[in-house]
Amino acid sequence: MAGIAAYLPTGRNATDALVAPSSSPYSAIIAGEPNVKELAMLALDTAKSAGADYADVRFVRNRNQNVSTREQRVSGVADNETYGFGIRTLVSGAWGFSASRDLTRDEVSRVAKQAVAQARANRSALVKPVVLAPSPAVNGTWNSPIEIDPFGVAIEDKVALLLAANQAALAVKGARFVNSSMFFLREEKTFASTDGSFTVQVIFRTSPAMTITATGNADFATRETVDIAPRGLGYEHVRDSNLVANAPKWADEAVQKLTAKSVDVGRYDLVLHPSHLWLTIHESVAHPTELDRAMGYEANYAGTSFVAPPEKVLGTLKYGSELMNIRGDRTQPGSLSACGWDDEGVKPEEFDIIKKGIFVDYHTTREQAPWLDWYYKKLGKPTRSHGCSYAQTWAAVQFQRMPNVSLLPGDKDLGWDDLIAATDKGIAIIGDGSFSIDQQRYNAQFGGQVFYEIKGGKIVGMLKDVAYQMKTPEFWASLDMVGGQKSYFLGGAFGDAKGQPVQVNAVSHGSPVTRFKNVNVINTGRTA
Amino acid sequence: MTVRRLAITARYLSREECEAIAKRALSFAGADETRVLVSSTSIANTRFAVNQISTGGDSFDGVVTVISKFGKRSGSSSTNRLDDDGIRAAVQMSERVAKLSPDDPESMPELPAQTYQPGVNWSDATASQDPATRALAVKRIADPAKTAGLVSTGFMEAITSAQAIANNKGLFAYNRSTSSVLTTTVRTPDGTGSGWAGATHHDWTRIDPATLGVRATQKARTSINPVAVEPGRYTVVFEPTAVGNLVQFIARSLNARSADEGRSFFSMPGGKNKIGEKVIDERVTIVSDPFDADVAGSPFSGDGSPTRRVVWIENGIVKNLDYDRYWAQKQGRSPTGAGGSIRMTGGTASLDDLIKSTQRGLLVTRFWYLRPVDQRTILYTGLTRDGTYLIENGKVTKPVKNLRFNDSPVFMLNNLEAMGVPERVSASEGGDPGQAIMVPPLKVRDFNFTSLSDAV
Repeated sequence: MAGIAAYLPTGRNATDALVAPSSSPYSAIIAGEPNVKELAMLALDTAKSAGADYADVRFVRNRNQNVSTREQRVSGVADNETYGFGIRTLVSGAWGFSASRDLTRDEVSRVAKQAVAQARANRSALVKPVVLAPSPAVNGTWNSPIEIDPFGVAIEDKVALLLAANQAALAVKGARFVNSSMFFLREEKTFASTDGSFTVQVIFRTSPAMTITATGNADFATRETVDIAPRGLGYEHVRDSNLVANAPKWADEAVQKLTAKSVDVGRYDLVLHPSHLWLTIHESVAHPTELDRAMGYEANYAGTSFVAPPEKVLGTLKYGSELMNIRGDRTQPGSLSACGWDDEGVKPEEFDIIKKGIFVDYHTTREQAPWLDWYYKKLGKPTRSHGCSYAQTWAAVQFQRMPNVSLLPGDKDLGWDDLIAATDKGIAIIGDGSFSIDQQRYNAQFGGQVFYEIKGGKIVGMLKDVAYQMKTPEFWASLDMVGGQKSYFLGGAFGDAKGQPVQVNAVSHGSPVTRFKNVNVINTGRTA
Repeated sequence: MTVRRLAITARYLSREECEAIAKRALSFAGADETRVLVSSTSIANTRFAVNQISTGGDSFDGVVTVISKFGKRSGSSSTNRLDDDGIRAAVQMSERVAKLSPDDPESMPELPAQTYQPGVNWSDATASQDPATRALAVKRIADPAKTAGLVSTGFMEAITSAQAIANNKGLFAYNRSTSSVLTTTVRTPDGTGSGWAGATHHDWTRIDPATLGVRATQKARTSINPVAVEPGRYTVVFEPTAVGNLVQFIARSLNARSADEGRSFFSMPGGKNKIGEKVIDERVTIVSDPFDADVAGSPFSGDGSPTRRVVWIENGIVKNLDYDRYWAQKQGRSPTGAGGSIRMTGGTASLDDLIKSTQRGLLVTRFWYLRPVDQRTILYTGLTRDGTYLIENGKVTKPVKNLRFNDSPVFMLNNLEAMGVPERVSASEGGDPGQAIMVPPLKVRDFNFTSLSDAV
């Protein structure tokens, strides 16, 4: 099988995951409620009768649990549930949307009519009517490939694990404060459209995290465990993160940061761990290759893109070095973007975004794919959505959100130590830190969690106050070493913000270890 | 034909409905102490892009959150199922979570009944804003932009909500509120110029779409083909939005506990904090007042404490930090009871006066992608956006390329040259109504820009 999934350890692909594992206590609750299908059909029929040319409806039940501690106390345990539905309509090429928490027949009818009324109001000054790319009707179920249902694990066990991890961190001399938490999500989503699709999906997300603060000499330093990425997995992700065993190492790094050498500004070769680079990929590659940004649809908040206009960049823009191969997917097992179908019933496909440094495609939805009809025709490809439609809740309208966007490993079996050994004057960075990038994604600044100075192929000590400033195409052109598949790691985050009102997307980005030549490093330390 | 349209108020739960829900929840409760929060919200919005409406819609939600305590053990659960089964399930889940949790040594007893001032953050006009009203507002921006050969994009939102808190000690609080926002970015079709304008208020009639459209259009036109200036330290005239973008980070750093624990800008050696210390220019006073109609907020906080006017910084000196009930008790102080708004003092100068007094400097409309770099100094990085200009000999002479800065609002307010008249700003990067902020335009010396961006 081609694609990123082939690089990863065992995991089930979308087809395998259609049936929940027998050991798991969870089930698709919505699917078990016969009235949901009936309500979905009522929503679609009412919208059609009211004049919608197309309509879709999502019923979403979202349960999340958060357990948080600091030092030797529990600072919060919360278990939340929200359930509702959103109806989207297309009337004469204009979108309308309405949503409610009230799952009664009367309310479903009212909301369907309201969504049509919204679309009619939104037709005002219509310039370019929406046309949807064709997509086959789909039916089925899909579940995240989890081993252990996090909602089946006792809260006492979760609290005990966090407090033990805190204790292990505080046993390190100089470590003074520690916060730790676990977050779990289970989302059950039923989708139906007037195109004849009906799908039911159960999606899990899990995120364990710690922040350790060391103090001394009227100063403080923190180490966040961002190198444990959130995943679309179950409680096994908490187990495999080994918080108690790793806490002393993280605490020790926080303490070391207090006395680390403040970096000398200048140009360095950067050896970047995937736990760091995922965020640079997210900001400088994944966002600028969103088609709505390139077309000006996000100009008022998220911004536009330097990868525009499409007719001048598709197939021609030199984005980075030949080692740069970037792919979009929603299939990597355990990734945050993984799903069976997107939020408009499209089965996502893996697609190349950058091949050997050349930009070749954007992320798309059914509305957007026809905007690139000319390009796909030229390539002899069908005009279809890549399956990038997503809404954060039942109450929000779906729109284009990035899939997992990942840097593919190289052919050579190079690892972290190999890249350091090959570097004469450099800085190695682990974990993401402060980050900021302009609205067209040219100029960025990234910090990190832990920085090491490299001299003559060896790590000679820890650094602090490090941030690198970059211009996107220059930075990616300086990529001169990529690690092999053994160094591949999937980073990610829950909080990718875009749209108005702002919606957050959960997304993963994979990468091998990498080296970038001659990057501008600044010193961020100041005194108050 | 005349179409008669009655204004329909967006859905929210009335005081009586909230009381009934809270009573039902408390009747299901068996914990030593139970607090119930009832929240209901209607959100209505319209987005536009490329001079036409791109999406728009509305949603209504109501949520009950139950906080249960057995001794010093506590748990919480929320649901948006407001029938008896849903509420009972939330109470049971909350109590189950509490029983499974260990003792929390910092647990505070529930408050008894409190007296609250009535909230002042409600507007009938905002609560009855409909899709056609928003479509008309969009046209007032998009039509002139289209005629001028420009491309307008933007977002308009009205939020109507009601919050209630009740507990089994007799406390009951209720407040209904509205908020609204309109922001627009106008660009030239070739992408070489971009201008932004925005406004927010709980009363939507205080926002004039056409004025915002004109302001964004003017900036789009005048920002075409910017020139590069060398990064470095500049005298800068910040428009109020840019000031709001930065000053809000001081307000977010006011936590007393972090200061006392030695991990904040407001920390002093030896476990002390900076209350009583001068930290910024003596002309600056920063206040939160939920009953100030210009920056109104909720009359109570999430634990049922009444909110009040709090002076954070007075004439440059720290007067208060934010103490929650536990930390206040531990440190022998009163809980702060702060609302969420910010009002900063200003002067009498206009923005033009600040520009006229500047020999050489930059004019900044707003900032983007602000992220913390160093908590010890409230040091942030970010970039200018949608209207950045060079000032020479008291005049705006040309647009300049956007710049990245690495600096702190604390340093900025220590390098103060002059202040203008405060105004309400939309300082949220995402264009949501955000925190209520009223700040003046500022002229500041030595602001630290570290690199250039080609982004327009």
